[in-house]
Amino acid sequence: MIRRTAIFIGVLIVLALFAPVLAPYDAGEAFRDFLHAPPMRPHLEGATPVAHPLVLANRMEQRFEADRSRTVPLPWFGESGVPVFLLGADDFGRDVLSRLLYGARTSVGLALVATFGAVLIGALAGAWAGYRGGWVDEAIMRVADFVLVLPVIYVVLVLRAVLPLVLPATTVFLLVSVIFILVGWPFVAKGVRGIVAVERNREYVQAAQSLGAGHARIVVKHLLPACAGHLLVQATLLLPAFILAEATLSFIGLGFPDPIASWATMLADAGNYNAIARFPWTLSPAIAIFAIVLATNLIASQRDSRDSESY
Amino acid sequence: MGRFLLRRLGFALLLVFVVSSAALLLTRLAPGDFTIDQALTLDPAARERLRAELGLDQPLAVQYLSWLRGAVQFDFGRSLLYSRPVSTLLSERALNTAVLATAALLFATAIGIPLGIYTGSRRRGLGRSIVRVLSVLGISMPPLIGSLMLVFIAARTGWFPVGGMSSAGGLDLSWGPWLADLATHLPLPALALGIPLAASLERLQSQAIAAASHEQFVTASRARGLARTQALLRHAWPVSLRPVLGLYGVMVASLFSGSFIVEVVTSWPGLGRLMFEALRARDLFLVAGCAATGALFLALGTLIADLLLAYTDPRAGSGERA
Repeated sequence: MIRRTAIFIGVLIVLALFAPVLAPYDAGEAFRDFLHAPPMRPHLEGATPVAHPLVLANRMEQRFEADRSRTVPLPWFGESGVPVFLLGADDFGRDVLSRLLYGARTSVGLALVATFGAVLIGALAGAWAGYRGGWVDEAIMRVADFVLVLPVIYVVLVLRAVLPLVLPATTVFLLVSVIFILVGWPFVAKGVRGIVAVERNREYVQAAQSLGAGHARIVVKHLLPACAGHLLVQATLLLPAFILAEATLSFIGLGFPDPIASWATMLADAGNYNAIARFPWTLSPAIAIFAIVLATNLIASQRDSRDSESY
Repeated sequence: MGRFLLRRLGFALLLVFVVSSAALLLTRLAPGDFTIDQALTLDPAARERLRAELGLDQPLAVQYLSWLRGAVQFDFGRSLLYSRPVSTLLSERALNTAVLATAALLFATAIGIPLGIYTGSRRRGLGRSIVRVLSVLGISMPPLIGSLMLVFIAARTGWFPVGGMSSAGGLDLSWGPWLADLATHLPLPALALGIPLAASLERLQSQAIAAASHEQFVTASRARGLARTQALLRHAWPVSLRPVLGLYGVMVASLFSGSFIVEVVTSWPGLGRLMFEALRARDLFLVAGCAATGALFLALGTLIADLLLAYTDPRAGSGERA
């Protein structure tokens, strides 16, 4: 479980970090002659992967045909001056694959930051509540319970909507992360509190206390490691939830402003049903989100089946 | 039981009060107000007059208290956006959301529970594997993705209308045709909302019945000569219902969250979309009204789920930890 989660999150980080290297084109680069160009099928010619360039067959229908007499190398394997769209192009003639990779930076990056923040705050608040007990415990857990009752997306929606609607991308990134952390921490805190409330009476904690360890040291060095499994599980649950929440926000126009590539702004562009039917490749971000949710579910179900076997 | 109900009712009222007040105050404190759309066309003096006319120039406390005074008498003020009383607007839209949510819930139950019993009572087999794969795929199909995919399928095949709640002119139809029209528009959003729920119900029911069928009284009933299916349905299933009904309480909240995006994607005129429009337009009272209705639905939903749970497991009702 731990290894799988680490590999999965690692791959996401690498994809997001190296988007400029991996993406064939810039996210904003628009090829005006190739609006809504369909995906091109790559094949091997000798050792170089190539594709047939597209020619506009019918301007009225915006229909393209592959020119089978010529081939151009894929953008990673040589310059040709002709754009190659492996996942097609969107309504501005921008390469969907490149935008998907750059979009991972915003969508997955934001979700990773928010997940990290929520897990950190949730772990600290939960551990403090469980360790101190009394009114601190009561107060923190009451707030957590209240937040947990509310449907997350509406809280996010209201908090985001009452802020100025149009903001620069970096501000949006920060604000949305903070909002996500605000609604995400109770999910983590509840379990951590439960574990800590039990663990603090165990011998190793008493041993640490009798050796003169301070409260902060006991919580961080002795009690939080006991919650590692729970924290990991919560992180794998929060990550896809945050990706979806960002997608929802951006889809309705309260997330990142359009020129920024994020998976949901791409979906919002694809959003009208006429376009969906004719240019299905603009739905690729939906597949990407589906793949991430599926991956986290598979990781989680692996843990379930191992748990049930150990009974 | 009586005390339990009272406590839950008190919690429901508190939830409605806090949520709607918070929504009203946050929207009031947010930059810009309802007249912001007219800012370019109106000169400043006229805009001030409009604000005074709508009562937007009053101090926060006055506005809040007068809204509160109305709200306890079920008068939620007038929507600035629609120029109609908030309460009539709300009852229309809330009904639409309720129809959608109920359809999704029925679908999820009708599909998820039987399949869960089927997979949970079997150790291997092709059918079980197929259902499991489908269900993992279904869980990973959140309403946003699901509704986009279904819109794609609908637009390609023409099996369903792709959006809205009725066809053009559908509202003027008489009862029968109107219902038939609704029935063609409902499947798409209801499926988008219901598929992940059906999948999670299937998974949970499957685990629960697998655990329950190992109980000694189930084995004993088999030893007394009860057929496998009988033992399963009569003895194992009721016990396995407890965790499943627990999930229904959680599902109320996820139905709500999910229905928002489904309403947006498929243009279903529900509560979620209304709230979004109200927020964008800074329509104070409509936002507060939507929040209040939403919180009421939520509290009622969890209450019903809790009551069901208490009905099957007496320990839960007394407040004792199960």
